[in-house]
Amino acid sequence: MSSNPRDESLEALVGQKYRHGFVTDIEADTVPPGLNEDVIRLISHKKGEPQFMLDWRLKAYRHWLTMREPHWAHLRIAPLDYQAISYYSAPKAREDGPKSLDEVDPKLLETYDKLGIPLHERARLAGVAVDAVFDSVSVATTFKERLGKAGVIFCSFSEAVQKHPELVEKYLGTVVPYTDNYFATLNSAVFTDGSFVFVPKGVRCPMELSTYFRINAAKTGQFERTLIVAEEGAYVSYLEGCTAPMRDENQLHAAVVELVALDDATIKYSTVQNWYPGDKEGKGGIYNFVTKRGACRGKRSKISWTQVETGSAITWKYPSCILTGDNSIGEFYSVAVANNYQQADTGTKMIHIGRNTRSTIVSKGISAGHGQNSYRGLVKVLPSAINARNHTQCDSLLMGDLCGAHTFPYMEVRTPTASVEHEATTSKIGDDQLFYCLSRGISEEDAVNMIVNGFCKAVFKELPMEFAVEAQNLLAVSLEGSVG
Amino acid sequence: MSMLKIENLHVRAGDKQVLTGLSLEVAAGEVHAIMGPNGSGKSTLVQVLAGREGYEVTAGSVSYNGRDLLALPPEERAREGVFLAFQYPVEIPGVNNVYLLKAGLNAVRKHRGLAEFDAFEFLTLVREKMKLMHMDDSFLNRGVNEGFSGGEKKRNEILQMAVLEPSLALLDETDSGLDIDALRVVANGVNSLRRPDRAIVMVTHYQRLLDYIQPDRVHVLSGGRILKSGDKSLALELEKRGYDWVRQEAAVA
Repeated sequence: MSSNPRDESLEALVGQKYRHGFVTDIEADTVPPGLNEDVIRLISHKKGEPQFMLDWRLKAYRHWLTMREPHWAHLRIAPLDYQAISYYSAPKAREDGPKSLDEVDPKLLETYDKLGIPLHERARLAGVAVDAVFDSVSVATTFKERLGKAGVIFCSFSEAVQKHPELVEKYLGTVVPYTDNYFATLNSAVFTDGSFVFVPKGVRCPMELSTYFRINAAKTGQFERTLIVAEEGAYVSYLEGCTAPMRDENQLHAAVVELVALDDATIKYSTVQNWYPGDKEGKGGIYNFVTKRGACRGKRSKISWTQVETGSAITWKYPSCILTGDNSIGEFYSVAVANNYQQADTGTKMIHIGRNTRSTIVSKGISAGHGQNSYRGLVKVLPSAINARNHTQCDSLLMGDLCGAHTFPYMEVRTPTASVEHEATTSKIGDDQLFYCLSRGISEEDAVNMIVNGFCKAVFKELPMEFAVEAQNLLAVSLEGSVG
Repeated sequence: MSMLKIENLHVRAGDKQVLTGLSLEVAAGEVHAIMGPNGSGKSTLVQVLAGREGYEVTAGSVSYNGRDLLALPPEERAREGVFLAFQYPVEIPGVNNVYLLKAGLNAVRKHRGLAEFDAFEFLTLVREKMKLMHMDDSFLNRGVNEGFSGGEKKRNEILQMAVLEPSLALLDETDSGLDIDALRVVANGVNSLRRPDRAIVMVTHYQRLLDYIQPDRVHVLSGGRILKSGDKSLALELEKRGYDWVRQEAAVA
C-alpha cells in the first residue's frame, strides 16, 4: 500500500491498462469441459444444423485425432489441455432467441456499450453494421434490413447455416480445408458461430461491416468461423475487433476466416486485435491461433488484409492470399506489438498462381519489455505465374534491451519472369529520436506515441478512418510505460 | 544578472572525464562562440545543458534565470526556453515535420500559460518563419528530417528555433556540412533571431561562421575547460595560429 499520491495515480494508471478486462455476470448455458464426438453432436444439435454440417464436423474431428500440435513457430507455449476446455458457452436466452435488439438481454447490450460498441443502430451515426459474437454465439447483428435491400447477406454463421445452407455448403472449407492444420481442423470440428457475408454480383456493399468478438466465460475456448464471399465485381470492407476479460489462465482462441473473391471483386479485411495479453509477468492472456486465408479466384480480384495486433499472450497467424486469377492482387499490412511477455509469430503467405499477379507485404513489428516479435512470410511463385511481382517491406522497432525481433522470410520462385523484392530494417527506438522530441518540449509519452505512430503510418493509412484512430489509441495503451 | 551561469562544471561520460571545471557566464542579448579542438568537450557541454542522458555531472552547478538547470528534465528545460540546434538532426520516419513542430510549440505555449495554437494559427506562423529560412511548403509534410540534405536539416533546426522562440539557444556546429549559400541562409536566420532578451551560445570549429554571425565573446575550450576568452578578434587569431599556443599559454599560467 502506498500513501504517496503520485504512486496511487501510477497504480491507477497501471490497473487501467487493459480497459476491457471486466466480466459480464450473465447466466450461461455452458457445456462441461471435454471433447469427444458426443460434444460435437451436441453443438450441432443445439444449433439445429443440417446433416452435412454435422458430417463435416465429424470428419474434421476424426482427422484432428490423427494430427499433432505443431511447434515450429518461434514461440514458447505452455501445454494446452484440450479436455479441460469447454467448447460451447452461450448466454441463456429465451427459447426462440432474440428477434430484434429490443429482445437482447440488456446486460449484453450494456457490455457492448462499455466496450464502446453500442449495438443500438440509432446510436451509431456512421454507417457501420456490427455482428456481435459473445463467447460461442452471435447475439446481435445490426443494419440487416438496409443491407438486405442492397442484396448483401450479413448475419451470424449459425443463421447462414439455417437460411442459406446452399451457399455455406458451396464455399465452406474451400479455402481452408478441414484438413488444413491442427487448429483449423479443431475449429472445423467445434466452431460455434462467427459471421457470414455474401455480396452478390455487381454490388458495392453500402457500409463497413464489422464483427466484434468477446470472450466472457472462463475456461472456454472461442472457435469462430467467418466466411466472406464477394461475387463478380462486388466490393466489401470488413473489420473485426476482439476483447476478453483479464484472467490468470490462458484461453484458446482458434478461429478460421475464409475469403473468396470472384472476377473483379475486392475484399478488404481489417483486424484490430486486442485480446487480453496477460499481466506484466506474463500470466494469463489469450492464445490467438488463427487461420486466415483469402482466395483470389477471379481475374483482377483483390484481397487486402490489414491487421493491428496489440493483444493476446501469443499471436500466431498468417493471413494469406492465394492468387489464382490472372492479374489478381494480394496485400498484407500488419502492425504487431509484443510488450511485457507477449509473443507474436505472424506474417503472411502470398501464393502466386495466375499470370501478372501482384502482392505487397508491409509488416511493422514493435517489441518492448520482454516481448518477442517474429515476422514469418512465404512468397511462392508457381511456374504458371508469368510476370508475377512481389514487394515485401519488413520493419522492426525495438524498445529497450530485453525484447527481440526476428524475421523469417521464405521465397520460392519457380518462374524466371517473376520479380520478388524483400527489404528489412531493424531499429531501436532511438534515444536520439526521443531526446530530439524532448528537447522540443514534448513529453516523453507523447514523444513515444509520435515515433511509434510514425513507424506504423504505412499500415494505419490502410485502415478505415475511425478505426485508424482507435488503433493509434490502442497502441498508446499497449506501450504505456515501455520506455524510461 | 547572467541568464546562464556555469560554475566549475565537471562531467563524466562513461569512464571519461570530459569536462573538468568549466565556468561560463552568458547574459541576455549576448552571442557567445565556443571554439576548440576535436574532443575538447564542446558538444558535451551543450548536450548536458539541454539535458541529454548518459552524462554524469560529478561537480559544479548550472543556473539558468536563477534556477538549477540540471535539476530539470529535458522537456522542462525546453519549455523554460532552452533550445538545442542539433549537430546531427535526427530522422523520425513517418512523423510530419509540421506535426512535431506544432506539438513542441503547443507544449511550450501551454507551459507559459498561453492558449494552444490551432492548425490555422500555427500554419500562418510557420509559413512566415519559413520565408525567413527560404523553405517551401513541401517541408511541412515531409517526415522529420527524413531524406533531408545536410543543408536542409540545418535550416530546419533554425526554423524550429524561430518558431519556438527560446530565450537561450544552443547551436551545435550549425555550420558544419553547409556550402557557402546554405551557410548564409542559416546565418541570416540566426542573426534575425538576435534579441536583447535572448542569448545564443554557438559551438563551432571554424571562424568562417563568425564572419556571418558576429559574437560578443569567443571562448577556447580545451581539455574540458575554458582556457581563454576574448572578443571576436580571438577567433581570427585562432584561425591563424591554431590552438597549441593557447594550451601552452595556459600551461605556463
